[in-house]
This record gives sequence, structure tokens and C-alpha cells, in this order.
Amino acid sequence: MKHESIEINSGLLIVLTLMVISIGGLVEIVPLFHIEETVEEVDGVRPYTPLELRGRDIYVREGCYTCHSQMIRPFRDEMLRYGHYSLAAESQYDHPFQWGSKRTGPDLARVGGKYSNEWQTQHLVDPQSLVPESIMPGYPWLLEDELDYSQIEERMVALKRVGVPYSQSQAEYDANVEKFGQEMADKLHVSNATQVLEDQAAAEDWDGKPGQITEMDALVAYLQMLGTMVDFSKYEDGHFNQFR
Amino acid sequence: MSTNAVPVATEQYNYGIVKKFAIMAMIWGVLGMLAGVYIASELAWPFLNFNIAEITFGRLRPVHTTLVIFGFGGSALFATSYYIVQRTCQARLWGGSILPEFTFWGWQLSIGLGVLFYMAGYTQGREYAEFIWPVDLLITVTWVAYFAIFAMTLVKRSQPHIYVANWFFMAFILATALLHIFNNLQVPVAWNSLESYALFSGVQDAMTQWWYGHNAVGFFLTAAFLGMMYYFVPKQAGRPIYSYRLSIVHFWALSFLYMWVGAHHLHWTALPDWVSTLAATFSILLLLPSWGGMINGIMTLSGAWEKLRTDPIMLFLITALAFYGMSTFEGPMMSLKSVNALSHYTDWTVGHVHSGALGWVAMISIGSFYHLIPRLWGTTLYSTKLVFVHFWLATIGVVLYIVAMWVAGIGQGLMLRAFDQYGNLAYTFIETVSFMHIPYVVRAIGGAFFLSGMLVMGYNIRKTIAGARQPAAAEGRDAVAAAAR
Repeated sequence: MKHESIEINSGLLIVLTLMVISIGGLVEIVPLFHIEETVEEVDGVRPYTPLELRGRDIYVREGCYTCHSQMIRPFRDEMLRYGHYSLAAESQYDHPFQWGSKRTGPDLARVGGKYSNEWQTQHLVDPQSLVPESIMPGYPWLLEDELDYSQIEERMVALKRVGVPYSQSQAEYDANVEKFGQEMADKLHVSNATQVLEDQAAAEDWDGKPGQITEMDALVAYLQMLGTMVDFSKYEDGHFNQFR
Repeated sequence: MSTNAVPVATEQYNYGIVKKFAIMAMIWGVLGMLAGVYIASELAWPFLNFNIAEITFGRLRPVHTTLVIFGFGGSALFATSYYIVQRTCQARLWGGSILPEFTFWGWQLSIGLGVLFYMAGYTQGREYAEFIWPVDLLITVTWVAYFAIFAMTLVKRSQPHIYVANWFFMAFILATALLHIFNNLQVPVAWNSLESYALFSGVQDAMTQWWYGHNAVGFFLTAAFLGMMYYFVPKQAGRPIYSYRLSIVHFWALSFLYMWVGAHHLHWTALPDWVSTLAATFSILLLLPSWGGMINGIMTLSGAWEKLRTDPIMLFLITALAFYGMSTFEGPMMSLKSVNALSHYTDWTVGHVHSGALGWVAMISIGSFYHLIPRLWGTTLYSTKLVFVHFWLATIGVVLYIVAMWVAGIGQGLMLRAFDQYGNLAYTFIETVSFMHIPYVVRAIGGAFFLSGMLVMGYNIRKTIAGARQPAAAEGRDAVAAAAR
């Protein structure tokens, strides 16, 4: 076939172009849903509690991913600075993923537990008060604004639709008990959501303002959970290399 | 230079829609680059965030990228593709007066609403695809109309051959549709909620997003602007394209290879190594068609190099190709895993993007617009001298920008992986942030240079159009121009 036949036939041009541009995506994306080792089996990774989920929504809303990654690479300097490299399993409930592409600030994949709640709150309100050279903006409104969790159940149901194992039926709840333990399964049950959120906000003094559930409560709860789900001491050194 | 804008042409072709998109491209361009200079300044002087949610870096950054890529770039592509497809097919734009008008309003509304929503805190949190779901739907409908208009204009062409520029525009329209749809699959929280959750998660979501992200670069910001190049470079040079055969090879190779390379944004992450390796391999291969296109464009000027001394429009077009060649060499190099280990997460990537975005995309559009706008309004350019001024402001701006980002990016990369004599990390993270202050200041200045060039252009274009609207003055200038010929 001469190339000229494509140049004089717009239909053919469209069809051939579509074919040529489809191949790359098909070869690279589709297998990721089918090859089982893509996301490794690991204990501890669970869906977010209602309060953490709202914190994550705020993380997305404020565009934190434009300066912070959540993906530690398997290099010596990164493991010394941030901890064990990130596993695919650790972001399996992230819709969308927040790996980021730029570190204007440090990686946050394992920031959970590194600083106190008080530090996190103070740092978010006025970063330069703790780290004078920091170029991060302040987020004082997080401490003022009441957390809106009126649609928490709808949010969990939407996430359930895309595959996050929040439970609505007894069977789903039982499966979660087996997988995550009863205490966690209770927190992942959709109809409990409001109560669970309020309890978690009250259980710990996230933002230094007891009696009020602010956006800061949710964001700090989310940050303090980041990277803490997997207990790496349970696995041998190098166990996860086989999945790379 | 001849003004081949005869009154008949305005009836034969739909120039009204081209004019509208061209003007909006200028407006979004200035606003988007203003946002860019502002967020660059926020990184240099963080007090500029002023503790105001709407203008913090995290919310304004998507405003900047959306305005320049989709507002400026997108409107420029609508304008030039509608112009080129009509001229090269010798057919009036399909869809009557209503459908092209619909694509105009659909697109402008999407951009305007999209960025206002970001500032109000509504985003999908996907880089370069932050539009919330109702806006995504509006874009989809607009794009289908765009495809129909473009394809049907090709069908009713009165020229037997479809000119090469149109192949590139067609590939861009098809690829963008594919990318936009699959990367924006999401479930709204509720029908009355502006928020949604992505259909995919984690590693699959990351791969889909960067398949989208890099092909937004490959098709939106490259293939389509090559279409622009394939029309305006030969037109402005007054000679045919260097090699027709090269354009065929270049077109198919580019279309095929680009779609494989997105995963080089995910080297060393939790993405399986096999995908990463494939992406790196295809990134290296991609150097060939990229340079094929660059050579085809630059060599079109072969035998007429003296035009670069006298014609600032040619200067813009050829410099754009030179930056295209440079950034398509830098890209494959950065996609090597060992280089990427240093460059990823740093400002080197940001600098690379801007040598492509400012040096290639903006400069080819600017050159094309200086050629196009006087023809649309049937007049001559108000000032050629100001085009020279613009050229130097833009070039100095780009060079300051990318040099500053090389220093910031490579510097930070080296500092983060440095160890002291005891095997401990040599620097804390915040020490690298302090180091980047001077490069950040220089980058903001570079951006300000580029923006001031756009303002000069805005003034020049305004005067040009104003001149055309005063028939007496225009006639007078035509007479002068005729006398000069």
C-alpha cells in the first residue's frame, strides 16, 4: 500500500492513527490490573478511617502534592532520610494516588509519628515559627474552619464503588473483621461513620482545640497515620525486593 | 511581505472563529504567565502566600498550568488548526456558524470555571488533569464537537491530499480524547457534589495518570504544535517543507512511540520495573522522530538563512525548533534510570518542562500568531521592531529560567544524596531549600522577562487590530507597504 492512499482518505488516516496511538497504553497499563505481583500481599494496610479520609480530602484540596511526594525510592539516602521504600500495597486505597512528582518539601510517605500532634498543628499554622528557612505557606484557616463531615457516608459509599472495602452489609462487615480485626472493622462500617469520626476526633487532642472538630483535626490525623500501617520488623530484610 | 488577505477569503473561510480563539489565547497566555511569575515568587519569598487560602502555592499552581497549557496552548491550537485546515483543504469550516461557536464557548467556559474552582478548593488532585468532574464532562462534549468539525472539514476538502499539518492535528485530537476520557474516570461523591474519587487507585492510577501526563506533553504540547510548525514555517519562509518523506516517517514514529514513555515519570517508584524499563527504552527511541521533525523544520530554511537577520517572525519559529531539539534531547537523557535517580522530584524536571513549554510551545505559537493575526484582519503588523524586542525578552527569559532550574535541580539532587566521611547524610532537607533561594529568585526574574515580552506582543497586536479597524489608516499603511514592496 502506498502512503498516498492514507493521504487522500481521511477515514483511513483516522483509523490508522487511532490504532498506532492505542498500542503503548494497552501494553503498559492493562497488565498492571492482572499481574498479581504488581501489588504485593502485606499485612496491615487498611482503608482510611472516616476522620483520616476527610484529612486526605483536605490534603488533596490544598494541593499538597504539588510540593510533597508520598513515594520513597529504594536508595540509601532516601531510606536514611525517610524510612523503608514505599510499597505499591501502601497506596492501594488511594483514589487518586498522591505519589507526587516534586519535592519542594520533603517526602511525606512515612511522616506519621515523626512529630507530635502539637508540632504538626503549629507547623501547619505557621511553618516558619518552627523551621525559619521553610518556604511552605501557612494554613491557619484549617484551625478555624469546622470540619464538614455531613457527606461522610456518601464519600465512603463512593469509595466502596471504586473498590475500597468499606462495609454496608453484614457479610462485608464480617469479611472486614477477618481481614482487619473487629475494632477496625467497626470503624470501616459505613453506617457508623459519623459516630466513628466524632469519637476519633475526641479520642486524641489532634489540634489542641478539644470540643471542636476542625479541619486541622482531620489533616493531622491523616498525616499521623501516613506510612505507619506496615510493620516492617515482621519481614526479613529484602523480602519486598522480589516484587520490584 | 505580501498581505494575501483578500476580501473574498473572509467569505470563503470562517475567520471569525479563528480570531476569537487567537484573542483568547493571548489573554489566557498573559494571565497564565502572570500566575506563573506569582507562584515562582511565592517560592522565593513565601510571605506572598499571605495566609490566603485561594492564592497559596498549592491552589495557584494548577491555575498556572491550566491557564498556560489549556487556556493559552489550547486556544492557540483551536485558532491555528481551524485556520490551517480551512486553508490547506480549501474548504470552509464544517458545522455552520453554531458548532465552531460552541467549541469556543465550551472551551473558554471550561478553562474559566476550572481555575476558579481550584482557587475555591475543588480539584481532582491529578497533575494537569485537576478539572472537577462537571468541567471534565463539558470538555468532553466540546472535544467531540471539535473532532466532528475537524474531521468533516477534511472530508469536504477540495484538495485531493490531506496536508501533513492536518495529520498532526488529527493525531492530537484523537489522542487527547483517549487520554482525557481514561484518565478522568471517576465516581462523584453525590450528584449534587463537586467532589469525586478516581476509579483507579495507587500504582494503576499512577500509571494511567502519567500515561496521560506525558502524552499531554506528547500530543497536546508537541504533535499539535508540530502541525502549527508544518504550516507556518514553510509559509513564513516562502519555501516548501524540506522533506515530505521525513514528515511521513516522523509522523508515524512519533505517534507510535510517545504513548509508551509516560512511565519514565515513575522510575524507582512502586511501579514494576518492567514498565519502567519499557518506558525508558521508548524514550530513547523517541529522540529519532523528535529530531527528524526538528531537522525537517529548520532545514526548510536552507538557502534562506539570511531571513533570520531581517525577519523576527522567522527568528521566533526557528528558535522554537532549536529549543524543541534541545528539550527532546534532554528528555530522553532524563528518562535514563540513573540520571532520573538524581533528577526526579527536583527542579531539573521543572526546568526541562519550561524549556519545552516556553522555548518550543510558546515561541512557535508566538511566531505563528505574528504571521497569522495581520492576515486575519487584512492588515500589516503595527511594528516589526517590537517583535524583535519581544524575541529578546523571551529568549533571555527562557535562558535565565532553565539555567536557574539546572542549578536548583542538580544542586538539590547532589546535596540530598551526599554523605559525610562517617557515612551519614551530609545535608538536611531544609539546607537544600535554603540553597535553592537564589536560583528561585533568578527563575522568577526569567519568568518576568518572558511575561513582559507577552505584554509587548499584546500591545503590538492591539495596535495592529486597531489599525485594521480604521479603514482609512489601514489603506494608508497598505499604500506604504505596497510602496515598500
